[in-house]
Amino acid sequence: MVTGTELRPSAAPDAAAWDVAATVCDPEIPVLTIEDLGVLRAAHVAPSGRVEVAITPTYSGCPAMDAIRDDVTSALHAAGYDDVAVRLVLSPAWTTDWLSDDGKAKLAQYGIAPPTGKAAAGPVRIGLSVKCPQCSSLNTRELTRFGSTSCKALYVCNDCREPFDYFKVH
Amino acid sequence: MSEANASATRITPGNALRPEDIALQDATPGDAVARYALGLGDDALILAQRLGWWISRAPELEEDVALANIALDQIGHARSFLTYAGRAWDKTEDDLAYFRREPEFRSVHLVEQPNGDFARTIARQFVVALYQWELYSRLVHSSDPTLAAIAAKAVKEVDYHRDHAIQWVLRLALGTEESRRRMIAGLRLTWPYVEELFTDHPLIDEVGDAGVRPSELRASFDSAVGTVLTEAELEIPAVPGAVGGGRLGRHSEHLGYMLAEMQVLAREFPGASW
Repeated sequence: MVTGTELRPSAAPDAAAWDVAATVCDPEIPVLTIEDLGVLRAAHVAPSGRVEVAITPTYSGCPAMDAIRDDVTSALHAAGYDDVAVRLVLSPAWTTDWLSDDGKAKLAQYGIAPPTGKAAAGPVRIGLSVKCPQCSSLNTRELTRFGSTSCKALYVCNDCREPFDYFKVH
Repeated sequence: MSEANASATRITPGNALRPEDIALQDATPGDAVARYALGLGDDALILAQRLGWWISRAPELEEDVALANIALDQIGHARSFLTYAGRAWDKTEDDLAYFRREPEFRSVHLVEQPNGDFARTIARQFVVALYQWELYSRLVHSSDPTLAAIAAKAVKEVDYHRDHAIQWVLRLALGTEESRRRMIAGLRLTWPYVEELFTDHPLIDEVGDAGVRPSELRASFDSAVGTVLTEAELEIPAVPGAVGGGRLGRHSEHLGYMLAEMQVLAREFPGASW
């Protein structure tokens, strides 16, 4: 499984455009860049000078996608690229396996428990322990599988009693 | 982008997801595939509209959030399907959602059923989620790359919907006498609309490998339903099937009222945005 950071193009002009797009953060999780998330999939500078960026949505209904597309366009315009096209790519479908290790560490620091384990091919119904980002206890429980955004569930720590968001394995 | 193409659902005009944004291939669907996608998109759209009603009204805050999240996923699926279908006829997702009349909708009767009490909504969710999971887990093998990609995204999300509905069926059925009574009543009201989900329609012959034949989903659906109902100590309601026809544009009395509410703003102020 290729994480977002491993997709950085090797050709210098493409890599330069990628690096600009990679500065854009998720508006709902401002500590993560779209590169950390694996949402940024490709950047290419065409012979015409047009920059083509591909992003993939985390969830079908994720409202952050429109904001991300606009932010990528603005960031590239600010960096001097006049002609920018941001495409939404649905396939392959996004998975939390694309989160970089750096991204997972940033999530935990921010107070969101990173996904535990890998997204399996089929449905899994085993509860892996989720570590409390406040006190690191593993004695936590799911309050509701659906949380503040599509990609998160709401947990509570039985030890420090604090509620926290958990970035669902997907 | 002209005002006429501006979206009623975006913050600024011109921000609508345009057909070229679904960048899998530049191919336009053929008319049959487009009509097939339209039916799936309409199912998701109408269900989302129904579920949205629960926001602020669910029995507990967590359920407001859960049903809203499920509705949001369904809107996401609807947008993808309708955007793709619209390419065949040069229509945007908004044209299809807000400017079609009732007989032009191709959704099944199940999704337009009233919410009723929470148990009835859960009964409907239980059927829809199990059905959609069976459907999308096969549609990922569609010969149409766009339909396959939308399904690959949707199946992961619908898996959560399935789990949510199953947990509530068990909780209500094995809870108190009152919750069990309501769960049984909810299933009885929902079951007449199951038949239509698995009824093959001439369109499926035209679509071929790009689609999934509804009748082929029945056995897995029945088996999944059976497993849950056994655990919940419930039986499949012995009720006759209702007359369908949603895929042909023949709807029950409920859809018109829903559409009136869903479409009023876009029709009152064409091209409005906020």
